[in-house]
Amino acid sequence: MKSPLAKIADRRVLDASLVAVLLAGFFVADSFLDPFAMQIFKLCAINIILALSLNLLNGFTGLFSLGHAGFMSIGAFSCALLTMTAAQKQMNFFLKPIEPWLMNVTIPFLPALIISGLIAAFAGFLIGAPALRLRDDYLAIATLGFSEIIRVVFTNLQTVTNGSLGLKGLPRFTTMWWAWGVAAAVTVLMVSLVRSSYGRAFKAIRDNEIAAEAMGINVFRMKLLSFVISAFIAGIGGALLAHHLTTIDPKQFQFLKTFDVLLIVVLGGIGSISGSIIAAIVVTIMMEALRFLDGPLNLIFIQTEGTPGIRMVVFSVLLMAVILFRQQGLMGQKELSWDLLSKAGLLPRFKAKE
Amino acid sequence: METMLKTGKLTKTFGGLTAVSDLSIEIGKGEIVGLIGPNGAGKTTAFNLITGVYKPTSGSIEYKGRNIAGMKPHRITKLGTARTFQNIRLFKNMTVLENVLVAHHFRMGTNLAEAVLRLPSYLSKEKATREEAMKLLDSVGLAAAAGEPSTSLPYGKQRRLEIARALATDPKLLLLDEPAAGMNPQESHDLMDFILKIRDDFGLTILLIEHHMQVVMGVCSRMYVLDYGITIAHGNPADIRKDPKVIEAYLGVDVC
Repeated sequence: MKSPLAKIADRRVLDASLVAVLLAGFFVADSFLDPFAMQIFKLCAINIILALSLNLLNGFTGLFSLGHAGFMSIGAFSCALLTMTAAQKQMNFFLKPIEPWLMNVTIPFLPALIISGLIAAFAGFLIGAPALRLRDDYLAIATLGFSEIIRVVFTNLQTVTNGSLGLKGLPRFTTMWWAWGVAAAVTVLMVSLVRSSYGRAFKAIRDNEIAAEAMGINVFRMKLLSFVISAFIAGIGGALLAHHLTTIDPKQFQFLKTFDVLLIVVLGGIGSISGSIIAAIVVTIMMEALRFLDGPLNLIFIQTEGTPGIRMVVFSVLLMAVILFRQQGLMGQKELSWDLLSKAGLLPRFKAKE
Repeated sequence: METMLKTGKLTKTFGGLTAVSDLSIEIGKGEIVGLIGPNGAGKTTAFNLITGVYKPTSGSIEYKGRNIAGMKPHRITKLGTARTFQNIRLFKNMTVLENVLVAHHFRMGTNLAEAVLRLPSYLSKEKATREEAMKLLDSVGLAAAAGEPSTSLPYGKQRRLEIARALATDPKLLLLDEPAAGMNPQESHDLMDFILKIRDDFGLTILLIEHHMQVVMGVCSRMYVLDYGITIAHGNPADIRKDPKVIEAYLGVDVC
């Protein structure tokens, strides 16, 4: 006896039907989800993008980076400033006027998205070139410092970012199709990247840097490449987030934002694309679903009057449990594939025969 | 005979410790030369100098007449020097085939855009590379294990994979760091045949660090003996075997 999955020999049929089911699901979601659920649904896609970009560094190239909030912030502000109209800018910058050359720049969303990714990538190049000479914890500290510097600089660049007041009333460009479309594109590009010769070079550096260098791989250049790609994707993620929330200020992008993404990557499995995707969806939904914990609780013996942040304790406990009992995360370095599914489905039958 | 590798008064100090002192070796094309000496004699340091892992404190290293002292390891590999490691350094989370494919990366001549977009130009290079890698694995007897995780191989085969991976960089000069370490007599005997075979098949020049005397004496035409970083002897196997300084270094001097 074979499982029904194994009978369908052609994986392309499976791929095509998966895409069809997903597309149908999106159309259903688009017309039936209420506005609040839709917000969460879009946030899932944005978190997928951010998690994949961090996983490229932490999981595939073995670089422990904590600077993601910085790149997101750069992407968010770049995209906002590129798309807002002069009138919107004027309304925001009431304390000090905006730099005149920025006043009249208004371009459509897609080029703005790409440009903000490129600006974040350039920042990645500038910080990566010196910081990637460091290793392990030192790199983490340097990148963490970078993201805090970005936050402080943005808070004080009154004439560019409107300082701590931030930007309000951004055009609501991030529709479901934009969010999930970009998430799908990033996923496809990421899969083909890690499967390519470049992906193998990244993984070789992660596994053994000295050996990778002895195999003729320019380790520094490859690390920088990975860092720049990751910053590019993080910048795009930040831009999508900005136009999803429609309000941004530098304080949003502090260290905790990086931690949220890191949590997803660790839970999903460091070095697994499908793990990051699943964890991004689960964590994003749980963050909302557990919101009742922040409100007044009545646990018979213990009664609280509502403490904001209690739900984060759940995630801290979850993270500790993962570190203690399943360090590889949900998927480890494996990917969810048809092969893996059919193997999992077939296994009990084989055992029964013996 | 063309000189492949020549070091002149190569010296490396770590703080007050001189790991390698005035090492001057010369290896001609097609030779298999041994580098032996007791533990801590500076053999691996010499390898690390030649392959660019360390920068020499002083002295010169010439590969085919070109000074490579202080060059980055990946550039030295590109020029045609490959190595294996004393403590096996395979890419643990990758398959046997992938380990070899990594060594092909710099020769594929691909760019990021065509690789990520999976353009036909990239796919044909990828296919050719995979075929070449499989052929190489076949020639070292690892083709059957191509899809296995590299760490699942038995020890002897892991060493062989290290050599295969080094060969995939298309070297002219191969540096083997204790290839027979931890091998039983049968395995080390096979290894000797294997070293001679790859020398002929791939047109290699080989510099070999080895403790296993049978292997060294069996395959090397000449050898250098190091002790505390100093070259104490140089010659063919028969001379080395009789050299009193070598015997003293290995067995200790009679103090009574």
